[in-house]
Amino acid sequence: MEWVSGLLASEPSSSNFFTYIFISLPLLSVVLGFVTYAILAERKVLGYIQLRYGPNRTGGKFGLLQTVADVLKLLIKEDTRPKQADRPLFWLAPIIAFVPSFMVLSAIPFTESVVFANFGVGLLYFIAVSGLTTIGILTAGWASNNKYALMGGMRSAAQMISYEIPLLMSLVGVVLFSGSMNLIEIVEQQQYVPYILVQPIGFIIFVIAATAELNRIPFDLPEAESELIAGYHVEYSGFRFAFFMLAEYVYLFAMSALITVLFLGGWQPIPGLGFIPDFVWFAIKFSIVVYMFMWIRATWPRLRADQLMEFGWKILLPAAMANIFLSAIVKELFF
Amino acid sequence: MDSLHVYQNSYTMIVVFMVIAFMLPIVALTAGKLLRPNEPTKAKMKIYESGVEPFQDARVRFNVRYYLFALMFVLFDVETVFLYPWAVAYDHLGIFALIEMLIFIVVLFLGLVYAWKKGVLKWT
Repeated sequence: MEWVSGLLASEPSSSNFFTYIFISLPLLSVVLGFVTYAILAERKVLGYIQLRYGPNRTGGKFGLLQTVADVLKLLIKEDTRPKQADRPLFWLAPIIAFVPSFMVLSAIPFTESVVFANFGVGLLYFIAVSGLTTIGILTAGWASNNKYALMGGMRSAAQMISYEIPLLMSLVGVVLFSGSMNLIEIVEQQQYVPYILVQPIGFIIFVIAATAELNRIPFDLPEAESELIAGYHVEYSGFRFAFFMLAEYVYLFAMSALITVLFLGGWQPIPGLGFIPDFVWFAIKFSIVVYMFMWIRATWPRLRADQLMEFGWKILLPAAMANIFLSAIVKELFF
Repeated sequence: MDSLHVYQNSYTMIVVFMVIAFMLPIVALTAGKLLRPNEPTKAKMKIYESGVEPFQDARVRFNVRYYLFALMFVLFDVETVFLYPWAVAYDHLGIFALIEMLIFIVVLFLGLVYAWKKGVLKWT
């Protein structure tokens, strides 16, 4: 994989463009594989936490082919579209929701050599592009011409913009300590001490805000099935629905990878265990984060809409501001 | 020269990711179109409303509080973006910039308290 980073330094040309497509396609398949098995793993984990088995028929004892079967079923399912829906927007919404979720992955450094894009504003790029998904969800809600969908879309927009600010602010502490927004440099700075130890408050705020950004329980109000049926994708069926699902899980991938990179030290090994290859370290830390999200989902009940918004603005935001302060003062005094 | 190449290649990479991200849904949805049945009936094309006959257009005027939160978001988001250059250059700026930023965050916080007291943050 050494030549990947070598390729980044080579002279830009149109042949590079096609080489990039070639080296990005494996990532796409890794991500799709992750989504397939993350859904299965989530159902299994939830099953065992709730004292049942989860999928255990399709594909052997562990239900290994369950998601594959689900995807195939979605692929050959009839795609109904309401007559009153706004046709072009209805068609565009899943694409708008999915595209940014995959685009953000280009900024994530997976190991020292598997780096796709290496640029100074990596962190801001990630946050900015991931914010675009809100537009896709809002479009879906609006285009469906369905009351549940519109409410789900509006709630989702309100929630995502409210939690975007604590999300951004909790990262200022990390940037403060690393002195860079380049994700590769941030990882390199964590060679001895991962930032979770330096920025514990920032980490907690970031995880809470990320859960809200991912629309996961306890913050899954946009698709709260007990009140909104399925929220913004009520009217979607077949493969269009699958793309909303896909976007959700690709975001889970991206957010977990970002948490790994920012707070857990990315590919850096625990000192003394450097003989284990770096991608294994990344995978271990990444899996722990993904499991944590599943665990949170299984443990907490859903919040009410008013609790959700007030928690974001009245508790998380001041806490994030205080954290910036605290980090600046700690850095001034001790570093 | 090397760093310029990294810079240009990185942004090419983003374009590549964008192209792939657009291609996947287009290819998959086109493949789906060839595979799936398509027999629309009048009942299928109705809007779902828990079994009740749908009435009125769903695109109504919406509660104003969403708009207020959107305004708050714009304010705070822009202000947060100002924090980033400071955080990146913190080592070179030193104590003076720290105090300046302190004042800035306090002003930000006062804005939040003002909105809070005005009842903007109340959802119900």
